[in-house]
Formats: sequence, structure tokens, C-alpha cells
Amino acid sequence: MMIDLGIIAAKALLVLFMVLNLAGVLGWIERKGSALIQDRIGANRASIFGFAGLGLVNTLIADPIKFLTKEDFVPARGDRFLHTLAPCLALFPALVTFAVIPFGDVLILGDRVINLQVANLNVGILYIFAMASLSVYGIVIGAWASDNKFSLLGGVRGSAQMISYEVAMGLSVIGVLMIYETLDLQGIARAQGNLLWGWLPAWGIFLQPVAFLLFFTAAIAETKRIPFDIPEAESELVAGYHVEYSGGKFLMFFAGEFAEIVTAAGLTTTLFFGGWQVPFLMRDGFHFPWVGTLLLPHLAVTFLQVVAFTVKVIFFCWLQILLRWSLPRFRYDQVMRLGWKMLLPLALANVAVTAVLIVVLQKSS
Amino acid sequence: MASAEIFFFILAGLSTVSSLLVIFQRNVVRSAMALVATLFLIAVLFLTLEAPMVGFLQILVYAGAIMVLFLFVIMLLNPTVLERRQMFWWGFGSLTALLLIMEIVFLISNSLRTGGPGASLKESFGSPESLAQSLFTDFVLPFEIASVLLLVAIVGAVVLAKREA
Repeated sequence: MMIDLGIIAAKALLVLFMVLNLAGVLGWIERKGSALIQDRIGANRASIFGFAGLGLVNTLIADPIKFLTKEDFVPARGDRFLHTLAPCLALFPALVTFAVIPFGDVLILGDRVINLQVANLNVGILYIFAMASLSVYGIVIGAWASDNKFSLLGGVRGSAQMISYEVAMGLSVIGVLMIYETLDLQGIARAQGNLLWGWLPAWGIFLQPVAFLLFFTAAIAETKRIPFDIPEAESELVAGYHVEYSGGKFLMFFAGEFAEIVTAAGLTTTLFFGGWQVPFLMRDGFHFPWVGTLLLPHLAVTFLQVVAFTVKVIFFCWLQILLRWSLPRFRYDQVMRLGWKMLLPLALANVAVTAVLIVVLQKSS
Repeated sequence: MASAEIFFFILAGLSTVSSLLVIFQRNVVRSAMALVATLFLIAVLFLTLEAPMVGFLQILVYAGAIMVLFLFVIMLLNPTVLERRQMFWWGFGSLTALLLIMEIVFLISNSLRTGGPGASLKESFGSPESLAQSLFTDFVLPFEIASVLLLVAIVGAVVLAKREA
């Protein structure tokens, strides 16, 4: 009993630790990546006692110190309670969503089988959408409590944008759910270990390519980053919904955004890129088609799975940063048109086509 | 007392407090946030009743979508000056509250009298499969009627909005 509770606590802490740290590292990678893309030297000013060699470590230490020692400013006519509540509401959903994303298959230690997933829910995907739908409150409440017209405009834009893209995101996943016939993310990840025609891994990207494009677009819109950053569009709204935030509260908004990036990457990996699956790696080792098998001990297999999941997540984090620095910002009406007139009909068509194909293939086989 | 009961009373207490906050707050946005908290706590109650699907749908639809639209409208209109409270609404409200209390007392006393444990849970209770099964077989007609009603409402809203513009 105590050991079981301890294992759950350990898994929860591990995932929280990984997400928060990856979010912190991404804050540095974002600046370094932007410098790389814009062909300049970036983020090399943080030096500790004149030593700036370890850019990452220095930035990771300097950033929080800078944020936490700044004045925490609340506008005079703002709502102090809601102004404080808003960053918490922004950070909370971003941190808890990762709980249902599996980062490995099962780990067998002695006679104990540990599911490498914090919470195994049979409605995991609904949990994710429920939590994602709550993340809009951070923006809206923060915008309203600041008593600032720029932030209010940002908040109104943000709520409209996030509601719109949640619809498209939810519908784009339906095709994936129909193929794998489960709402459980661990089940979806397991089903992607099968092989199509004996050689192609049954990953979501091969079975649902359209759904992947729709989902990834909607997920970027949900993280409110360029090209979808109209809630905080600097050139129009100064900083949008968090214009009146400083210090630790701003850091929470900032960390929440990066945690959302990590979650979006984790979800994309799980739904479309096999989750923790390594191609041809079964529970007892590699089974290459045409070549032969390579048996591996259980611990090595589990280790490879967790590493594969981490690598995939980091890749999609990097892809999001790359997109953010490569694309210009959409106009507000363009964002709405894309969401309602393109993504939504395409997602519906994808569901219909998938349904017909599933029935036809079942009839013919 | 079993831990499940303690958990229930904590949840029930919190949701009562937050629903009282909805009506007694003078600030509309704070009222709306209290309502969000109430809906969230009710969703947690569903989770403790072995119905995770309903619980998460509750958060997704009510706390995550409908209340956001409420806030959207509140922020657009920004009602800072509250209307004066009228005697008619006090009377009407008290009457409704009285009726509701009578109904609750009647139901509780009724269930205490007939008493005994209810039917035991089936293994598949609350799973998406069993929910979909009853929704699309036994209750398919109400389900379809509800969806047609919603469609009519949407079309009606669009028509009204177009006429104004």
C-alpha cells in the first residue's frame, strides 16, 4: 500500500520535474534558436562572476532570480485577488495535463508491474481536453483584472481564439480515436506498436496524416504562439493579456506557455508518432522485418522506450520554436477564418472519410 | 467515517460555499469565477461516483466552454453598475428556493424510508463504451431530438445576428 503510493508520488514528481525543467530549458533554447535563425549571437550576456561560458546554466539561474526580485505590480484600479489568481490558473492546466501522457510501457521490477504513466484513465484524451479548456481562464481573468484596455482586448481575442481552436483540435483527434478504438492514451500508444503489412509501424502519422496537420496547427494556436499570438500581439496590444504583469506572476505566465509547448509536443508524439514506441522494438527486443531479431533484456527495452519518447518530445518542442521564428503573425480575422472555415470542415471531412474507410476495410477483410 | 465520506463532505462543503459566493458577490466577474469553481467541484463529485467520463465532459463543456463565453460577454459589456434589487425578484426567488428545499426534503426522506443499498455497480459502469451503448441504442431518440433542438437554436441565433447587422 505505502509502496504503491510512493510509486505514484515518484512518477508524478518525475513528470512534473521533467516538464518544468524542459520548460525552463526551452526558455533558453527559444532565445538561442531565434539567434540561430536570425543569424546573430544570442543569449550570451548572463555571466556569473564574469564567466558566461555555460550559457544554458547561467541563463537558467539568472532568469528566475531576475523575475523573482522584480517588483510585483498590481494596477491601482485592478482587482488584486483576481490579478493574483490568473497566473495560477494559467500555470495549473499546463502542468497537470501531462499526467495522462504515457512516457513508457510497463516497467517490471520483481513481481511489481509499474505502468509508466502517472494516471491511467480510460478517458485520458477527454481529461486532456478538459484541462486544456481551463487554460483560457488565466488569460481572460488576467486581462480583466488588469483594468487595461490593451490587456482586455488581448483577453477577448484570446478567449475567442482558444474556444475556436479547441473545437477543431477535438474533432481532429476523433479520427485517431476511431482507428485505435480507445480513449486511453496508453492504449493508443500500445496500438501503434503494430506493423502494417509487416513492415510499417502503425503510427498515427501514417494512418491519419490529415488529422496530424490539423491537430498540430490547432495545438500551436492553443499555445498562443506566433503565428497565432494575437492575444499578445506586441505591435498592436503592447503585450496583450499580460501587459500589467511583472516579476513572479509574469514568470508563471511565461513558464505556463513553455509547459504548454511541452504538453503539445507530448500529445503530438503520443497520438501520431507512436508515443514511446521505437520502430520494430517489441517487449522482448527488436524484430526487424526481413533481417531478423535482436533480443534485449527488459530494462534495456524500457530504457530505450523512455529515451525515444523524450527525444520525440524534444523534437516537437524544437519544431514549435522553429515555426515561431519562421512565420509572421496572422491577422485576427485570418485566425478566425482559418479556424472555422478551414480546420473545422477539414476535421469533419476527415472523420467522415475515416469512418467510411474503416467500414469498407472491415467489410472487405 | 470512511475516507470516501470525508472526501464527499469536503467537496460538498466547498461547492456549497462557492455556489453561495456566486450569488453574494457584488462583482460579476468574481461571481462567474465562483460558478466555474462550483462546476469544477461538481465534476470532481462525478469522479468520486465512478463516472470519470461525465466528470470530464462536465469540465469540458460547462467550466471550459460555456463559462468562457459567459465571461466573454461580461467583458464585452463590462456591467460595473449593478441594478437595484427589486422586491418582485426577492419574492420570486424565495418562493423557488422554498419549493426546491421541499423537494429535496421529500426526496431524502423518501430514499431514507425505502432505504437499503442500491444496485451494485457493473464492471463497465461509467466507461465510454457503456455510455455510448445506452446513448445510441436505448436513448437514441432523445439524443437526436436534443441535437436537432441545438441545431435550431444555432440557426436561430445566426439568423437574428445577421438581421441586426
